[in-house]
Amino acid sequence: MIGWLWLGLPLLAAFAFWSGRNRALALTDSDRVEIHSLPAHYGQLVLVWAALPPLLILLVWAAIGGSLVDGWSTATVEASGLLGADQTAALVIADVHSGMSLFDGEDASPAHGVARAAIERARGLFGAGLAVLVAVAGALGLSFARRRITPHLRARNQVEKILGLALMACSIVAILTTIGIVLSLFFEAIRFFRLVSPLDFFFGTEWSPQTALRADQVGSSGSFGAVPVFAGTLLITAIAMSISIPVGLMSAIYLAFYASERMRTWVKPVLEIIAGIPTVVWGSFAALTLGPLIRGFGESVGLDVASESALAAGIAMGVMIIPFVSSLSDDALNAVPRSLREGSLAMGATDSETIRRVILPAALPGIVGAFLLAISRAVGETMIVVMAAGLAANLTANPFAAVTTVTVQIVTLLVGDQEFDSAKTLAAFALGLTLFFATLALNLVALAVVRRYREQYE
Amino acid sequence: MSESSDSGSASPEAYEAEAADRRLRRRYTVERVFRAAGLLAIAFALSSLFALLGSILYESGAAFTEYSVRLDLDLDAADLDPFGDRSPESLASGNASAVLRRGLAGELPDVTDRSEKRALAELLSVGAQYDLLDFVEAHPDALGSRLEFRALLSDEVDLELRSSRASEVAEMDRKLSDAQLAWIALLDERGRIEKHWNLRFLASGDSRDPELAGVQGAIRGSFLTLLVTLLLSFPVGVAAAIYLEEFAPRNRLTDLIEVNINNLAAVPSIVFGLLGLAVFLNLFGLPRSAPLVGGMVLGLMTLPTVIIAARAALSAVPPSIREAALGVGASPTQAVLHHIVPVALPGILTGTIIGMARALGETAPLLMIGMVAFIVDLPAGPRDPSTVLPVQIYLWAEAPERAFASRTAAAILVLLGFLVTMNSFAVWVRRRFESRV
Repeated sequence: MIGWLWLGLPLLAAFAFWSGRNRALALTDSDRVEIHSLPAHYGQLVLVWAALPPLLILLVWAAIGGSLVDGWSTATVEASGLLGADQTAALVIADVHSGMSLFDGEDASPAHGVARAAIERARGLFGAGLAVLVAVAGALGLSFARRRITPHLRARNQVEKILGLALMACSIVAILTTIGIVLSLFFEAIRFFRLVSPLDFFFGTEWSPQTALRADQVGSSGSFGAVPVFAGTLLITAIAMSISIPVGLMSAIYLAFYASERMRTWVKPVLEIIAGIPTVVWGSFAALTLGPLIRGFGESVGLDVASESALAAGIAMGVMIIPFVSSLSDDALNAVPRSLREGSLAMGATDSETIRRVILPAALPGIVGAFLLAISRAVGETMIVVMAAGLAANLTANPFAAVTTVTVQIVTLLVGDQEFDSAKTLAAFALGLTLFFATLALNLVALAVVRRYREQYE
Repeated sequence: MSESSDSGSASPEAYEAEAADRRLRRRYTVERVFRAAGLLAIAFALSSLFALLGSILYESGAAFTEYSVRLDLDLDAADLDPFGDRSPESLASGNASAVLRRGLAGELPDVTDRSEKRALAELLSVGAQYDLLDFVEAHPDALGSRLEFRALLSDEVDLELRSSRASEVAEMDRKLSDAQLAWIALLDERGRIEKHWNLRFLASGDSRDPELAGVQGAIRGSFLTLLVTLLLSFPVGVAAAIYLEEFAPRNRLTDLIEVNINNLAAVPSIVFGLLGLAVFLNLFGLPRSAPLVGGMVLGLMTLPTVIIAARAALSAVPPSIREAALGVGASPTQAVLHHIVPVALPGILTGTIIGMARALGETAPLLMIGMVAFIVDLPAGPRDPSTVLPVQIYLWAEAPERAFASRTAAAILVLLGFLVTMNSFAVWVRRRFESRV
């Protein structure tokens, strides 16, 4: 029923446009009367009036329709008095939705039968009501807008104003997304901090987010000291940076100052391929190829290497970030005025002296900004660490040990069916909030550093 | 003056002195080392990339072929048509495993012990039974006859036939027993085992058995997800870009929007997954594991990319085009929609395709909204539970069976194939349409 309404909407829109345009054309009386706008503008105006109210009604229904149907059916099921002692109306309704109300073609219980009938009836009733509402709104809008058409109506101005508002609404989606992220993280995190004190979370050194199966279980509350998780994130980030910063910066320098034009044209795109490879691919490379390799190498020299070592994840992540560092550094290096470089070379400095003593200092703010952005990428990177780093929250600086990171913990805590009132799942949102603000701060600092640098030369 | 002329006359000597020569040589050495370090950095980056691609290609080889054994089967009607009416229900519930076991026993008549017979039957994949049932359903006339049938071998046998490394390991530590290895060798010697292309990998959905698992379900899920992503991020992104680039007044609100977009582009993708979980699943009650929700999350994630690319394309349009349109009496809206946007469209499309390619490779936010479930059925619509290619790769990489390693690599190749296609298409769009202006 509701699907048909959605399908009918474009038809209504087309009809409204056609009728508005025809009416405007009729008004011109074969070009004897001058109308303010093009006939198509009148058509568009009628289209907006006729199709927008039904569209809004349907959108509202899409957002709240399901809960209306469920609410009505819940009331019906409760009123029927057929609920068993171990049943609640909400569970019965959920069974119907998941297709589990029928057992070999028969209702699992009398209540299930009532619920199924109630839901169908509610859908029919609400659907019919919705259809009437949509039809009335569409017809009223159509006739109202059609009647307004006169040669003096400034249809173009009105259409353009509406269009401008629609475009603005689209650009506000970006703000709404940010607000949505902050609010959803914030509310769940606050629920978490009601169960676990923020002091314990940010400064505790014991991370074992277990939920109790029984209330009297030992350690039933779990412990949520996130310091080992943060330390693991920092360790892996440090390993990644110790690869991507020197390699990325040096390759940017080589490509900008030493490489021939031919080399540049084929090396640059190939480096970009590294950035285009999905992180899950780097993750499986780290877990299936790099991890065993490092372990084997460690064993051959007598080191004790965990099978999910921080090193494997860090190396894969470092390689993945190389093109990011190198292209941002390249931008910074190229922004240094040519005159500085030429002046230095003219004084007899070698290429490397010019780069190290003149160009790098001049480009430093931009390069530091690039490093900060790279760190923020590494901190937020998920799949490589989920696949190649471990789950055990060890507080260690040993790169051969298994450590865990913020993103790994978020994934582990939330994958699978979870209750949404336990500290275990809510902890993921607290970690997410920390992650969001940490990366936000890094990005803002990077932006500020780069902006200051820009002021120097422009 | 005299001092300066002194130092001037002294410098040629210093220039030719031993110390200066040494200093110069050292400076040139530093120069060469610096240069070599740069070359080394590039070599490291490129060789890492080739190591990755090489290991994927090497690993994936095993997934594109499969081994089966040719067996002479008596298609006994009593087993394969239990109701005796040749109806589809009857043919679908036949006891294919008994027929296959008899076929194997016919090939190796020495095996008589019960447990040995069971071990023999374990050489075959479960898929062999399904294949036989499908065959009988398609050819009911073959019932009662004797014919040669290609029965799929299990993943462990497949691995052994490829590497024959099992005999190096003690019997306790491997899946195949000595007897099973001997049977495989015997069958291979008689030429009953053959290798052919594994079309199942591209045609079927996920499975617990590596030899039966395929990427079709994940490809469909990825397609549905990307469709939703495109429908959300393209119109909204382009509209937002047009507003910000062409109409927006410079004020607090537009500044805020711009800062927001730049920050959103740098937010870790997993945070978008948390947003999807808290808002789309818990608040709006949309279904878990559905491409609809996955597409919405990825759409919000891609939105900044599309907006930034579209704005760049719009601002690259020469101002003369706008001025010409305004000059002949177009309204500002008409100038933008009829003249500037069409010129910028190739750039906008290129940016959108690149954003879509990034969304196709994204995994983390989809884990948050439950797209990691094990799903055998192929999804038919955007509300059906499904998985996507990168998540499928993740699931197989985590699977304990060794044979899934080649599946993982092959799925990666499929994913990279799609990414290369999309990116080449973006390059083609840019080359083909941008030359017109």
